[in-house]
Amino acid sequence: MTVLAIRNLAKAYGGVQAVRDVSFVVAAGELLAMIGPNGAGKTTCFNMLNGQVTPDAGSVEFEGRSLLGLTPRQIWRLGVGRTFQITATFGSMTVRENVQMALLSHHRRLWSLTALATRSYADDADALLARVGMREQADRPCAVLAYGDLKRVELAVALANRPRLLLMDEPTAGMAPRERNELMQLAAELARSGGIAVLFTEHDMDVVFTHADRVIVLSGGELIAAGRPDAVRADARVREVYLGTGDA
Amino acid sequence: MGSVPFFFMSASSILIQFLNGLASASSLFLVAAGLSLIFGVTRIVNFAHGSLFMLGMYLAVALAPMLGFWWSVPLAALAVAAFGALVEATLLRRLYAAPELLQLLATFALVLVIKDFTLWAWGPEDLLGPRAPGMDGAVRIAGLRYPEYDLFLIGFGPLVLGALWFLLRRTRWGTLVRAATQDREMAGALGVNQRWLFTSVFALGALLAGLGGAVQIPREPATLFIDLQIISDAFVVVVVGGLGSIPGAFLAALLIAEIKSFCIGLGYSKITLVVEFIVMAVVLVIRPWGLLGRMPAQSRGPGTVELPLAFPTRKALAALGGMAMMLALVPLLSAGYTLVLLTDILVFALFAVSLHFIMGPGGLHSFGHAAYFGLGAYGAGLLLLKGGLPMELALALAPLLAVCGALVFGWFCVRLSGVYLAMLTLAFAQITWSVMFQWDAFTGGSNGLIGIWPSSWLSSKTAYYYLTLATCVGAIALLWRVLHAPFGYALRAGRDSPLRADAIGIDVRAQQWAAFVFAGLFAGLAGALFAFSKGSISPEALAVPRSVDGLVMVLLGGIQTLTGPVWGAALLTWLQDAVSRGIDYWRAVMGAIVLVLVLVFPQGVTGFLRERFAR
Repeated sequence: MTVLAIRNLAKAYGGVQAVRDVSFVVAAGELLAMIGPNGAGKTTCFNMLNGQVTPDAGSVEFEGRSLLGLTPRQIWRLGVGRTFQITATFGSMTVRENVQMALLSHHRRLWSLTALATRSYADDADALLARVGMREQADRPCAVLAYGDLKRVELAVALANRPRLLLMDEPTAGMAPRERNELMQLAAELARSGGIAVLFTEHDMDVVFTHADRVIVLSGGELIAAGRPDAVRADARVREVYLGTGDA
Repeated sequence: MGSVPFFFMSASSILIQFLNGLASASSLFLVAAGLSLIFGVTRIVNFAHGSLFMLGMYLAVALAPMLGFWWSVPLAALAVAAFGALVEATLLRRLYAAPELLQLLATFALVLVIKDFTLWAWGPEDLLGPRAPGMDGAVRIAGLRYPEYDLFLIGFGPLVLGALWFLLRRTRWGTLVRAATQDREMAGALGVNQRWLFTSVFALGALLAGLGGAVQIPREPATLFIDLQIISDAFVVVVVGGLGSIPGAFLAALLIAEIKSFCIGLGYSKITLVVEFIVMAVVLVIRPWGLLGRMPAQSRGPGTVELPLAFPTRKALAALGGMAMMLALVPLLSAGYTLVLLTDILVFALFAVSLHFIMGPGGLHSFGHAAYFGLGAYGAGLLLLKGGLPMELALALAPLLAVCGALVFGWFCVRLSGVYLAMLTLAFAQITWSVMFQWDAFTGGSNGLIGIWPSSWLSSKTAYYYLTLATCVGAIALLWRVLHAPFGYALRAGRDSPLRADAIGIDVRAQQWAAFVFAGLFAGLAGALFAFSKGSISPEALAVPRSVDGLVMVLLGGIQTLTGPVWGAALLTWLQDAVSRGIDYWRAVMGAIVLVLVLVFPQGVTGFLRERFAR
């Protein structure tokens, strides 16, 4: 089942065509990696999906509904979760409270003046934290967590509104190799068990070829290849523009 | 002069008003340019810039009889520059690494010290300056007489703009200034001597402020009010023109001065502030960083990390309840002055807690919280005296006036952050103050309103003390409780990470706006209680020093704790009471105390304690 459909997306900054005629789809339960060398247009593409950049042309449809012109807040409400390249959490709150905030927002209780925030949806939050392996650290302040653990908290936060699509921007940046594989293994399990479509950008080819179901390759703003990891790895054009002349 | 519709103005008087505007713009531009320049390099918003302007005025007036007007102007400016260099080298230099809030507070304290110094040196009377020899006549323009000196001023502003352009674009010093403005750390890494650069920039900024003041003396008298009037004008100019942009300052100074000039020319001088406000509002909505400004770069240093907010334990709740009980027992043991002081302390505790509500958890650094306190106080007085309402109803409805103010001001304020927000809140507070100060017929002008007494059943000190105690304790408990509710958490979420908050569906701006209004409501309540406890209200209730008091209370007690502002309020109110009874220049003493606190505890008192005892 197609969750996200991108058609003919284009964006230019001044005279530079950052993204040109890019189309792809992401299906439920699938991990799709978007890769490409620096300047290939990954970030621009990504930001057009989450409401931060308005495309010049093309369409972005989530479950048949256009996301164009919506704010990040509205996009989240539709059921799209996000993690950031540099983790963004609430430093003055505990791990559990971070997840509780997302749950409170999901249940539209943010404006309550009478409830106690720390007692709201605490069990739900713990259940989500258990899924990402952070249950034991629920009471620690986010400000003191190790980086890899922060990434897990972000995952739990992203899962709080039962998303059907998860956008992960460079999910393993700044992590040690073992942590990287553990995190992506976790993301893959969550996606497959929950039928969540996952789109992620990634620099680490090892992570991409181990965990992605499919890979799309951008170069110079254009989509030059798409398919299963093995096929993409063998693609002559990909080897030329992305991997250079050497063998990878 | 009565008011004249615009289309009845003759072509020649339109021309004259236009020229008047140009002449006023020059002085305003000098101040705003200095402010912008200093901010660009040091990242400090110098709240004392209007005070430097005032010093320039008084010095020029004092020097003119000895040296003649034309020598007194540059010498006064140079003296102010030297003073600026001294302030930078002895005070500000120690604060570059301190949190932004404390830097602002330090320059704020300077305002108080300089004001009392001026009062001490030249007395409270307005001082009239001399005319400019050789330019004391008038020329005929379109059949009307126009002062020669104003023509000189019209040329002076662009001349200074040209000189600044040359200095910044064509000299090595200017290259260094621009480099430091763009990237201070990089300029430092490349071996630029920061110390001298910063001192010289601050001196130049002070020179411009002093010069701006000195050239004004043939046009207007030197007064002790001018410092805050000029700084709020300069803030408006800088916000409209764009912080850090000298041409932006020039453009905005022209715009604001012309608006003022035409309002005065049409006989609507009282609505000048309102028009100014509308212009600023329009600019901010269309271009949030000013006409020629750019979005400020994010600072690289990590913010201070706050610990999670724990719900008070039973023990802590019992202790707080016990304290309230003890306060309730005080009237049995003592009466008279103790109750008056305790009433004040309770009122200011509520004021400080309401400020902390938006400053701490909200991260909105308001430098004009007194506006809401004052609106509540005036609301109480006006509803009682002009509205003829019973006291109980006036007290209950007065905070709504503060809510109206917070609704309007807050809508703009939550669109900005950091120093822009601080400047805007101060400008709004100053505008509110001016309205109360100038509207003689309605607010009693500088005299204020008298005869605001509580109903007879509350007229004894003890009865009113119990009313204040119950109201303030209840209100403070409510504010604290809200911080533990999802609303308070969402507010903190927006402060901790606007990016993440947005990404999980939190409408950060709406929540901040609501918090702003909520805090305004309770500051207004404190103000209304204050008015009835004193029986009178004057513009001082919402003047800048009151806003500073609030900031000091919050910072003194510790912005990262909930109870801190209460202790800060108690300490400061008691201190002020003790000091103001014994000393004439208590403002200067307060300023000095603040400066010492900031210098000794550059991370704040709680930051210091935490560092000290954390190990």
